[in-house]
Amino acid sequence: MNIVIIKYNAGNVQSVLYALERMGIAATVTDDHEKIRSADKVIFPGVGEASTAMQYLRERKLDQVLKDLHRPVLGICLGMQLMCAYSEENNTACIGIFEEKVRHFSAAHADVGQPAGEEPLKVPQIGWNNIFHLKTPLFRGVHENSYIYLVHSYYAALGEHTIATAHYGLDFSAALHKENFYGVQFHPEKSAAAGAQVIRNFIELVPAI
Amino acid sequence: MLTKRIIPCLDVKEGRTVKGVNFENIRDAGDPVELGSFYAQQGADELVFLDITATNEKRKTLRELVSRVARHINIPFTVGGGISSVEDVVALLQNGADKISVNTSAFKSPQLINELAKEFGSQCVVLAIDTRQEADGNWYVYLNGGRVKTEADCFRWAKEGVDRGAGEILLTSMNHDGTKKGFAVDITLQLASLSVPVIASGGGGTMEHFTDVFRQGKADAALAASIFHYKEIGIPALKQYLQQQGIVVRWESNENFIC
Repeated sequence: MNIVIIKYNAGNVQSVLYALERMGIAATVTDDHEKIRSADKVIFPGVGEASTAMQYLRERKLDQVLKDLHRPVLGICLGMQLMCAYSEENNTACIGIFEEKVRHFSAAHADVGQPAGEEPLKVPQIGWNNIFHLKTPLFRGVHENSYIYLVHSYYAALGEHTIATAHYGLDFSAALHKENFYGVQFHPEKSAAAGAQVIRNFIELVPAI
Repeated sequence: MLTKRIIPCLDVKEGRTVKGVNFENIRDAGDPVELGSFYAQQGADELVFLDITATNEKRKTLRELVSRVARHINIPFTVGGGISSVEDVVALLQNGADKISVNTSAFKSPQLINELAKEFGSQCVVLAIDTRQEADGNWYVYLNGGRVKTEADCFRWAKEGVDRGAGEILLTSMNHDGTKKGFAVDITLQLASLSVPVIASGGGGTMEHFTDVFRQGKADAALAASIFHYKEIGIPALKQYLQQQGIVVRWESNENFIC
């Protein structure tokens, strides 16, 4: 199987490569349009800032390449957020595969209000949180309330494409799915056994449309 | 719910894990690659790797060793020791680190924190602070692995670091480090008022100490070394205990994944 990891300015791809390596899976890191189009599965990682990343993707027309893919795509963290319509992070128009909007936790927490007697939540959320309402083969074998590792200040709101939910002051999308596109807010490559299962499911179970 | 994190720390010197008491009398504790993968399997929430000789002997962190550890663990991995530039961080991330921690070099050139946060994001930048409470009651920042005292106040430096873009604080109390008499709850609590997570380090000796630093110190994570290295406390037992105490930790006794 031909697995491609998209190379751009906002991704620490090494951890993803090592995670695949532990499963005996080789992957190619590239920004070559043809190689991305011909891949069986595409992983779109991301750690960084939305507007800088989008600008980089647009300059290389990688945003359009991604959007036009028919094979399964897995966005991770910022990768997932960039697949949404819009991010509050520096007011950025994103790729627009998922209609869900990406908001900042602090603003949302202020809207929701802080429960009496509790400490204000720190932003970014850093650490292990549980995911629930799990849907699609991406989460096969992963039980409800499994812990996964997250590092993020922005989140995708719940919407029709939500396939996993997590809670930090409010419920948000821990994963999204639409047609051949999947996105996870957490880092499956750093989420111990549960994360490894998600990656394995993406590689082995998610059907190539 | 976001859990409290348990973080084993590998202090590495010349390729071996070592541990001292009050930053002195260093002894050998094993192979970092073996220990790292053991802790990941045991349910550690993160792994911290500090090249403790790096600053002192002006060596760069052992990148090849970082890569070997990273290949074997499926949990977040922070690397520190002798990092003083964007290039240093690029090299570590390319070897599989997820975050880096800066200490002496950041204190000497605070702009480094801004640069690293801009380049890699705040989530990647951990500000490590070694601090000691002196007879006057104040907590002072120490540099170079605890060998050089400064006049800087610990809380003020931590606050400046956060304002400059540090995404987490790794706070080590030199008064407590290696003593196994409990974490420095007071200074941890002070720093817990900052807007980023605080990792408390130094002094963890019993399971109750972890309860104290989470509950009274409001730490987001607790780091320890020797009690884990010498198997005085097992991570599964610690997490089970904390869960019984009502502290939310990642502990799944009936883990049924296909590993």
